[in-house]
Amino acid sequence: MPAAPAAPSSAAPQTSCFPGLRAASTPPAPTSPTEAPPRILVIGFGNPGRRDDGLGPTLAARLAARELPGVTIESDYQLCLEHAELVARHESVLFVDAAIEVPGNAPFHLGPLQPLDQVSCFSHQLSPHAVLHVAAQCFGARPSAWLLGVRAADVGSFAEGLTPAAERNLTAALDAALAWLASATTAAQSSSRP
Amino acid sequence: MTETPPTVTTAGSSPASRTRRYTINPVTRIEGHGKVTILLDENDEVVEARMHIIEFRGFERFILGRPYWEMPVIVQRLCGICPVSHHLAAAKAMDRIVGGEQLTPTAEKIRRLMHLGQIFQSHALHFFHLASPDLLFGVDGTAASAFAAPAAQRNVLGVAARYPELAVQGVMMRKFGQEVIQATAGKKIHGTGAIPGGVNKNLLIAERDALRQHVPQMLAWARGAVKIARDFTMEHLVELLPFGSFDSNHLSLVREGDGALDLYHGVLRAVDKDGHRLVNDVDYQRYLEVVSEEVRSWSYMKFPFIRTIGPEKGWYRVGPLARLNTCAFIPTPEAEAARREYLALTHGRPNNITMCYHWARMVELLHAIEGIRDLLEDSDLQGDDLLTHGPRREEAVGVIEAPRGTLFHHYRVSRNDEVTLCNLIVSTTNNNEPMNRAVARVARDHLGGKPEITEGLLNHLEVAIRAYDPCLSCATHAMGRMPLQVEIRDGTGRVVATAARG
Repeated sequence: MPAAPAAPSSAAPQTSCFPGLRAASTPPAPTSPTEAPPRILVIGFGNPGRRDDGLGPTLAARLAARELPGVTIESDYQLCLEHAELVARHESVLFVDAAIEVPGNAPFHLGPLQPLDQVSCFSHQLSPHAVLHVAAQCFGARPSAWLLGVRAADVGSFAEGLTPAAERNLTAALDAALAWLASATTAAQSSSRP
Repeated sequence: MTETPPTVTTAGSSPASRTRRYTINPVTRIEGHGKVTILLDENDEVVEARMHIIEFRGFERFILGRPYWEMPVIVQRLCGICPVSHHLAAAKAMDRIVGGEQLTPTAEKIRRLMHLGQIFQSHALHFFHLASPDLLFGVDGTAASAFAAPAAQRNVLGVAARYPELAVQGVMMRKFGQEVIQATAGKKIHGTGAIPGGVNKNLLIAERDALRQHVPQMLAWARGAVKIARDFTMEHLVELLPFGSFDSNHLSLVREGDGALDLYHGVLRAVDKDGHRLVNDVDYQRYLEVVSEEVRSWSYMKFPFIRTIGPEKGWYRVGPLARLNTCAFIPTPEAEAARREYLALTHGRPNNITMCYHWARMVELLHAIEGIRDLLEDSDLQGDDLLTHGPRREEAVGVIEAPRGTLFHHYRVSRNDEVTLCNLIVSTTNNNEPMNRAVARVARDHLGGKPEITEGLLNHLEVAIRAYDPCLSCATHAMGRMPLQVEIRDGTGRVVATAARG
């Protein structure tokens, strides 16, 4: 059972995506100010065309099928800069990725993330830490963030579909994600009470 | 998978040979990876510099036997960076296979909107997050230290820390372009909107209105981006004019009839360094009569050239710099005004300054958002006539101006609907020889004869390569990681010094 996510930072602004811009030059933001901000975000990332590298998107798809209220589900091949803006609009974020090594050969690992001033060697993709860093630098947002790494068996093949081992790990990780979501939902509800 | 942060290690000098080995692994802030080797003589002068591509993609092989209608979707898997370009180039070829190249107005405009969304997000990403660290932190007015800011600062996080407003603009412009793609292709990455003979969806009123509300902001930021690129260029002309520069030919599509800039469709035009016409508005179905490709033993990336001129002098550049040199005008007013100001730098003649790619790219960024604005006002986008077809063909070529330059897709399809031939010349491959020349020029000007080659100086090579916004993911025939190293060798070919990050 994972620990409950930390309460959202008091420094996390949820009302503006453009704290660094002058108001006079800031016409409507891409997110309507009247839209209620989603509170919890799950981002599954990886390449479903490389077998178990698709663990993140697959887990995201299975969560999306449950149509959980107040939970935004995002799925992509890789983390990019625009994800920083998406992250900045949420109080709690769960990144889900395939993992080659998991301590103790467990099916998954779930742990908290901090922003890091660290860039990937690949220009177009960022690490979850870097996404959090850009969210903080550009949008002044510091959501509670966690990484769920699901152990993969094969990320080298050019094929779709998970290996049986990864499928078993995914089942366990899905339970962990649901437990995390329950904790995050409780935390979000308590933080929104007057 | 998690990436390791860049690190820098430098090997010491070898007293016996007075030479060093330097490796950058990988060169950062380009899309994908490759390898650069620089050969020094005994006086530490550069005698040769090459950009190698060392892995094999093989995409043209493993799609053989697949049904033709899968092509617009499959070929996007070449790359997660500009999948829309491959999607549309393949779709254009397959239009001809099904005899549906005369698209309905709705289908053509949906595709054009999709393509402009791709151009907009790609150009914004490159300028604000890949190139801007070089521009914002690099040039301090002395040629010796140009582009030599600390490596830790030369990345998007450095930009976000010092210029959060610019970083936000880059993020939001990229996001807007992705939303245009999602609305037209169905998904932000690897969409399915274009199908042989048309599209599978139009643009809903709600989708149109959601995009429309952001156009004024995007236009304002695009105007600002043109100004940043122009001001940067004009303020640092002394450093930028020679930086990786050389005279070249230029090739692109232009609109048939009037020669306007057209990123989606047109005829092939090439001009030489002075603007003389080398290829005069040729139907791209005949592209094999126009271009040929040379193979060199040290690289998997081929070297295209204009067939009638030959490999030695027929190589050319593609992409924003080339497009502004080949087109007669830009058919949107603000971008056309920006183009005229841009051309004033070279007195109306073709611009051969490598670092002007950035300025040209921003002129195109402005054109893209003007085009998006105009299309979002067009009711044809809500039409229901999405598909057309005609007499079947067995062979077809699709060409498009991708963000990085001209992209060729060539297919043959059997009567059983199976693809039997596929040839791709991707944008970055077209720029292979120019990138090699840029590397050689920078190596000669900035690395040769130096008592010590610093990491900052090695970044000069990256700056020159980055001007082309290369996407080695598809150009380099590789799947997965393609580390780009810089090695320096002595006259015997022995690697003698290393500075690595990776």
